Formats: sequence, C-alpha cells, structure tokens
Amino acid sequence: MKTTLKIFTIGLLAASLFSACSKSNNTESETNYITVKGSDTMVHLASSWAESYMSKHPDTDISVTGGGSGTGIAALLNGTTDICIASRSIKDKEVKLAEEKGIQPTEIVTSRDGIAVVVNPGNPVDVLTIEQIGKIYIGAYTNWNQLGGPDNKIVVLSRESSSGTYVFFQKRVMNSRDYTEDALLMPSTSAIIQSVSQDKWAVGYVGLGYAFGAKDKVKMLQVKESADAAAIIPSVATVQSGEYAIARPLHFYISGTPSGTVKSMVDFVLSEEGQKIVLETGYVPVN
Amino acid sequence: MNTWKEKAIKILLVGGASTSILVVFLIFLFLGKEALPFISEPGLGTLLESRWVPVSFQREIFGILPLITGSVVVTLFATVLLIPFGVLGAIYIAEIATPGERGFLKPFIEILAGIPSVVIGFFGLIILSPIIKTMFNLNTGLTALTGAVLLALMAIPTVISISEDAIRSVPKSYKEASLALGAGQLQTIFRIVVPAALPGIIAAIMLGMGRVIGETMAVLMVTGNAAKITFDPVDSVRTMTATIAAEMGEVAFGSKHYQALFWVGIVLLAVTFCLNVIAQKVLKKYQMR
Repeated sequence: MKTTLKIFTIGLLAASLFSACSKSNNTESETNYITVKGSDTMVHLASSWAESYMSKHPDTDISVTGGGSGTGIAALLNGTTDICIASRSIKDKEVKLAEEKGIQPTEIVTSRDGIAVVVNPGNPVDVLTIEQIGKIYIGAYTNWNQLGGPDNKIVVLSRESSSGTYVFFQKRVMNSRDYTEDALLMPSTSAIIQSVSQDKWAVGYVGLGYAFGAKDKVKMLQVKESADAAAIIPSVATVQSGEYAIARPLHFYISGTPSGTVKSMVDFVLSEEGQKIVLETGYVPVN
Repeated sequence: MNTWKEKAIKILLVGGASTSILVVFLIFLFLGKEALPFISEPGLGTLLESRWVPVSFQREIFGILPLITGSVVVTLFATVLLIPFGVLGAIYIAEIATPGERGFLKPFIEILAGIPSVVIGFFGLIILSPIIKTMFNLNTGLTALTGAVLLALMAIPTVISISEDAIRSVPKSYKEASLALGAGQLQTIFRIVVPAALPGIIAAIMLGMGRVIGETMAVLMVTGNAAKITFDPVDSVRTMTATIAAEMGEVAFGSKHYQALFWVGIVLLAVTFCLNVIAQKVLKKYQMR
C-alpha cells in the first residue's frame, strides 16, 4: 500500500516537473509576459512601475521578484529573467561570465538612491563622518563612547552578502575593506529596521525609501563627507544635488539591446511619468 | 496471465522501494560533481580557515569552521531543551494522562508540528528575541539561544510522538509484572517502561536533532548570522543551513564561492548521515539485549 502510494507520488512529481518545464518554455515565446528580478531595494519601485505600466497595457503581464542584485544578475546570465534590477554596477567577473555565455548586458540608469545610516531614536549620536561609519563596520570602533555617545557596545547590522547594498556600502563607506566578523547579517531590509527599532545600541544601513517609511521607528544619521565638512541629512534634494555622500545609481540590466515589451517598459521608466513614480516611492529621479 | 501480472506488480514494488536509494545516490553524486573542482584550485585546506568571507575586495575566505561551530552550538542547546520536554511529555501522555487529557494534549502537539517554520521564525523575531535580550541583559536578542529555543519548539512534536509510540509498544506484561511485584507507578515507569523503550526514545531524539540541524528559515531569521567561532549561546552565530539559504541564490554558477557552498552542503549531509548511522547502531545494540 505504502509503495503504491510512493509510486503515485513520484508519478505526480514527475508530471509536475514536466509541466513546469513546458510552462517556462511558453513564457519565453510569449513576448508580452516579462519578468523583472533582482535588488530587494528596487522591488517596491519596480512593482510600482509594473503596476502603472500594466494598467496602460492590459495585455502585458510583468512579474517582479527580489532576492538581491547578485541574484538578479545571475538570473539574467542564466536567461531566467528579462530585466534585472540592480542597485550596484555589474562586476568584471560577472561581465566575463556573461561573455562566456554569449550575453551582452546593457546598463540603464533608472534612478538614484541614497543609503541612510539608521540608529535607534534613543541613541544620542546624530552626526558621523564617512570614516567613522566605515570604522564601525570594519570593527575598529566597537563602543558608542568612541563616537561621543554613552558607554555601550555597538551592535553592527548589515545586509546579507547577496545584497547590492552590502557591496556598495563596502566600497563607498568602508574603503573596500572587509566587514567585521561581529556584524550581524540580516536577511532583509525590514529585519534591519525591526532590529534597530528594538535594540537601542544598534546601527544599520537601509535604502532612503525604506528609511522614510520607518521614520517613527528609526533615526537617520547626518553624514559628513570629512571631519570639517557640513553634516548632511539624507533627503531627495540632497541626494539629487550630490551633497549627501552615500548615494548610488539604480540600474536595469538587460541582455543585448532592448526590443519589444522590454524596450517599451524601459521607455516608460525613463519617461516623465515613470520618473514621477520614482519620486513618489521615495527614490530620486535621474534628472 | 496471473504470473505476468504478478511479475509486473513485483517490478513496480521493487522500483518504488529502491527509488529512495537512487535519489540518495544521485544527491551524493550531484553534490560531489559540483564541489569537485574546489579540491584542485583553492584546495581543501582553505575550508579549514577560521573565517567565512565570501564577498571581499581583499581576499575571499571560505573557512567553514565558524559555520560548523554555529550549527553545533544551536543544535546542542536545542537538544538540551528538547530532551526533558520531549521525553517527559511523551511519558506523561503515554503513561499517566487520562484519555480525556490525552485527547486534549495530542491535537495541540500536532498543531505545533504543523506550524510553518517561517511563522515560527516571525514569532522568534518579534516576541522571543526581545525576551531573551532583556532576560540576559544583552544588546541584541538575535543569538544562538533564540534559534535553539525555536528549533526545540519545532522538534518537540517529533520527539513526543515517536517516544510515545515507543513507550506504548512496551509489552503490557512487563508493567503488570512490575506492579505485581509491588513497585509503585513511578518506579514502574522509570525502572521498567522507560528503559525498555529507550532505543525508541533515543531514535526519537536523533530524529529531532536531524530536524534541528537541517532547519533553515527560523535560524536565518533569529540567529543574527555573524560568521565567527564561538560557543557562547548568547552570541550570534551563522549556521550551515542559513549560509546556504542566504548565499546560494546570489553566487555566480561555477565560482569558487558556489563550490564552497556545495562543500558546506556535503558537510551538512555527512553530519546528518552520521547521526542516522549512530541512531541505527544504538537501536541495534539495545534490541540485541
């Protein structure tokens, strides 16, 4: 009895596998179904674009999923996504891999994002320099009293290494040095917000859009480019003007030159309407 | 006609029975194939370094020791919590509880078994981690202990139901003989019934440990995932399962990082394999007595 059941289950499994295969074949041939995958930072923005685009083109289906910029680029190279959203530039290693697979990734800058360094509202520290923040993350500073705060250990929160923000932050703020091994790697941005709002001596970094959304739970630090520069609070205006130091472009990567639905989606994103959505979701338009 | 039918059914049955062997074999083969190039290029020695830094502008380090200690710490503390709750619970349900109590307890235990691990992880993140934080006066509640408590919660139903089966299958004559000789109820339970059911109870604990070591989502959410070698239960740890889950999606296929993750998978598989073998050995030894 059990064995027949097993055979039955295996049969079912095999059947579902086959159907899954044929399904993915269908999506490739259907031009008005496109997938967007990658950066968790951009998922919210990309969904907003997709919704607005789909309401104008009812015959088009767009599916948006996250997972991290690295995941998105890997998916682009494996041909499992049409558009990759990435909050970092493609790495040389990945370009080389793409060439091996005969893919030419095209980069499109869609918008800009600031990275806010957030602490608990109960933390008296308001301003830090880029160098100080970097030293927290490489583990040189471990106590808030080294930064003019009270005598409490710093809980360092970072994103997982699959996150584009992780790599961008490492490059821009930490001078490309390694994260301290005491850094807690959080699986998502919301986990960082959650943790910072609960743990009084934690510090984390999140995209500007998320930081605005959690204004009452976390405090954004003002950042100084150097010790004698002015302290700048992250905002749409300061990111666009280039005053706020921790900011980056948000990309689309597509394989080859855009055509069909993909091209029409890209045009929509860069249009005035698409850029208005950027502003509404808490990011910064390109121009 | 009849023999033809019988043969067909027999082949079908043999096929069904050997599928799992085939699947296990294929999994080993697949893991080995993907991990193999790592032996020649960076070399297996690199896996023994004390740091896990898969993304770096300086030098990528693939030492899996911190991941192993992470899994060990979480599993060890979860097992410590698991044994008293699981085994004592099973003894109570099997031997002492009235049918009414049993009818009340069993469904709840089964519900606990059915809660998805993400939901348990959520519970851990929002409710349990602040409790652990204040209890031990820590800066953050994302610790190995938080993970261990959650995993114990998830594995307790497994341990209870298998131990309960083992206790119930102890022949009634053993109990009757003990009671007839003048032993009390508790004496009978702890001197006769539990020792007789011990192989089953040990197997239950081993299976519970298997569930604990393989669980991913809940530990990913609550242990903080800092890859460092520590045996302090109120420190943050990064387990092998969480590492694979968090990083597998991001790696470029065929890269060193990708291969290193397969080695983590192989170690994990080897550990669960050993756990199973030990459980079987224990069962055999006690059955021969």
